[in-house]
Amino acid sequence: MSDATDNPPRRSWRERLFAGLTKTRQQIGGSVRTLFARGQVDDELLEDLEALLLSADVGVEATVILIEDLRQRARKQNLQTPESIQAAMVDCLADLLKPLEAPLQIAPPPGSPFVIMVAGINGAGKTTTLGKLAHHFQAAGHSVLLAAGDTFRAAAREQLQAWGERNNVTVIAQEGGDPSAVIFDAVHAAKARGIDIVLADTAGRLPTQMHLMDEIAKIRRVITKAETTAPHEVLLVLDGTIGQNAIGQVKAFDKAIGVTGLVITKLDGSAKGGVLAAIAKQCPKPVRYVGVGEQVEDLQPFSARAFAEALLG
Amino acid sequence: MLENLTQRLGRVMKTMRGEARMTEANIGDALREVRMALLEADVSLPVVKDFVAQVKEKALGEGVVGSLTPGQAFVGVVHEQLKQLMGEAQVPLALNQQPPAIILMAGLQGAGKTTTVGKLARWLKQNQKKKVMVVSCDVYRPAAIDQLKHVAEQVGASFFPSSPDQKPLDIAAAAVDWARKHHEEVLIVDTAGRLAIDQAMMDEIKALHAQLDPIETLFVVDAMLGQDAVNTAKAFNETLPLTGVVLTKLDGDARGGAALSVRAVTGKPIKFVGVAEKLDGLEPFYPDRMASRILGMGDILSLVEAASQQVDMDQAAAMAQKIKSGKGFDLNDFRAQVAQMRQMGGMTALMDKLPAKFAEAAANMPAGSDDKMSRRIQGIIDSMTPDERTKPELIKASRKRRIATGAGVQVQEVNRLLNQFEQTQKMMKQFGSMFKGKGGMMKMMRGAKSMFGGKLPF
Repeated sequence: MSDATDNPPRRSWRERLFAGLTKTRQQIGGSVRTLFARGQVDDELLEDLEALLLSADVGVEATVILIEDLRQRARKQNLQTPESIQAAMVDCLADLLKPLEAPLQIAPPPGSPFVIMVAGINGAGKTTTLGKLAHHFQAAGHSVLLAAGDTFRAAAREQLQAWGERNNVTVIAQEGGDPSAVIFDAVHAAKARGIDIVLADTAGRLPTQMHLMDEIAKIRRVITKAETTAPHEVLLVLDGTIGQNAIGQVKAFDKAIGVTGLVITKLDGSAKGGVLAAIAKQCPKPVRYVGVGEQVEDLQPFSARAFAEALLG
Repeated sequence: MLENLTQRLGRVMKTMRGEARMTEANIGDALREVRMALLEADVSLPVVKDFVAQVKEKALGEGVVGSLTPGQAFVGVVHEQLKQLMGEAQVPLALNQQPPAIILMAGLQGAGKTTTVGKLARWLKQNQKKKVMVVSCDVYRPAAIDQLKHVAEQVGASFFPSSPDQKPLDIAAAAVDWARKHHEEVLIVDTAGRLAIDQAMMDEIKALHAQLDPIETLFVVDAMLGQDAVNTAKAFNETLPLTGVVLTKLDGDARGGAALSVRAVTGKPIKFVGVAEKLDGLEPFYPDRMASRILGMGDILSLVEAASQQVDMDQAAAMAQKIKSGKGFDLNDFRAQVAQMRQMGGMTALMDKLPAKFAEAAANMPAGSDDKMSRRIQGIIDSMTPDERTKPELIKASRKRRIATGAGVQVQEVNRLLNQFEQTQKMMKQFGSMFKGKGGMMKMMRGAKSMFGGKLPF
């Protein structure tokens, strides 16, 4: 699954992320570089850095930890140059994010497709992500089947079918009906057709809507009925522009369906997705992919160091 | 999960207890807590900084009223500032225009624009009896037009068909033309979600706005939006002359700090909030509720309510009957008051709820709360004749001797009681004049209540 590089001249996700973030970096009172240019770790630098981290949605708790970490590193290593301080800060953040760096391994059990269930709140970009994933897996030589499990939102099925057409992928859908049933059918269809990967879409829901959280828990149980080892991956799609509520989302969805991986979308805007640091601190889950653009190929694996560098570089 | 601001402040404010006003020294920690709480609620940092500075300015020198602890008074200042920042009143849609009144929707991807279009169409139909048409200029997202079509069907609005191979400007022109000819009163134009930094897309919506000249340009924003809310709002506000904001997904557990950021940056009123995916989930926006939500202030509300409930209004009314004005206050009333006070937990407890001015006066009051003491007072008064009780000035040396013997106490105790009575009578006169006589205590109680519940922003 790691061999996703299909178009050689394409910019790496890091460059894209970097490009997206440049604009924001410039907005935060001069560039990050001038912040570090002081050449010593004093209160003013730490205060500016705190502002930078907080503005990146890193959250209060993780910011305090990161700043303390930098303070200690500065003391131990006697950092005196802007470059070394900046590098140390990148290290702090990269170390914090490191546990999240775990790419998705596609390993279908014999006689069964690899079933990936996708969940998230309304408007997080689930269906779009699903389309991108389908493209991604196809490019890596897997056969893919999409299950239109969002039977609630108007035209969600059509949106997925449009994606399916673009990617030349079969979409299993039903007129209205129960999402569990649609996905159950899709898993069976994939088994019968010997397809490698089933991508199951679900309707967006807020964690406060208890009946919908119960519904998605049921969807997960029904998937297990269709194939005892499934779902092999439960992806939670998080909108990169949202703030500290992301933590609550991870916790709530994890409780309902046992999240095994995260996808962070919309990182091509001016938002920086610093909430990942807060997630790393409070409820760590592997980040499987990050979405850095609208194009199909703009979904990329996550690298803690590249992310930290893009945020603080 | 998240601690609410009131609890956090409660801890900090313990040290502040007994201080009558807020000073630079004693609100420092509290301000820090406000900053943290706002950041955790996803209010953007620059907005938080300005806000904290304002709160500091307002809070300094502000007196602490009545039974409120300085902590509660401080939260009151914060709440008031929040409300002010968010606009005092609900701002309705301006639709008084030669039909069709055009409403243009703009926002990021996934903010909930299309759903909001449907909700708004329904709301306008139901509450304003408008004839509404909707049109989608989203030619980018697959099936976006279909989605709007479904939504329009559900709410019973007319739908102007468009297709992804058309240009947004052409669609808009055709829709306006059609709406005019067919006497649609309101035309809601849905647009594609766009990033604020996507210049081409921002230019497109600018052109769309110029062509449509809408009476309302609503910025649709996700209540969960993080720190980026300021940048996004600023960019949209600079590109488009926004007339209002719709805050969506407010039924999640996000604190909705984005509301504050967006409002602070654009200065535009938040007109609606979206809750639930069901199409009836759209409500006019009320600033004070949002202010409470951002602060996580449910607790202080109940606390203040409880404080005013303890001053039992029924008992207070009965007492007011007895007390009337200071002049008519006699020993019968005094006896009843002493008995009642025992029930209410003593005058001291009652006075705690009153403004500082009265609490001072209460310090001079007899210690009527002491059980033994009040029983003794009752005994002495019971030994008086009805005449003596209504006209205490009759009681001279020989009557005092008789009363003392009857109650089985020393004459000095009768003297002490009469002294206490006189003091109380004097205080009742004060109360009376303070609230212009007539139903004195009742009014005072009401006054006290408004001090806890009304005037303060809870």
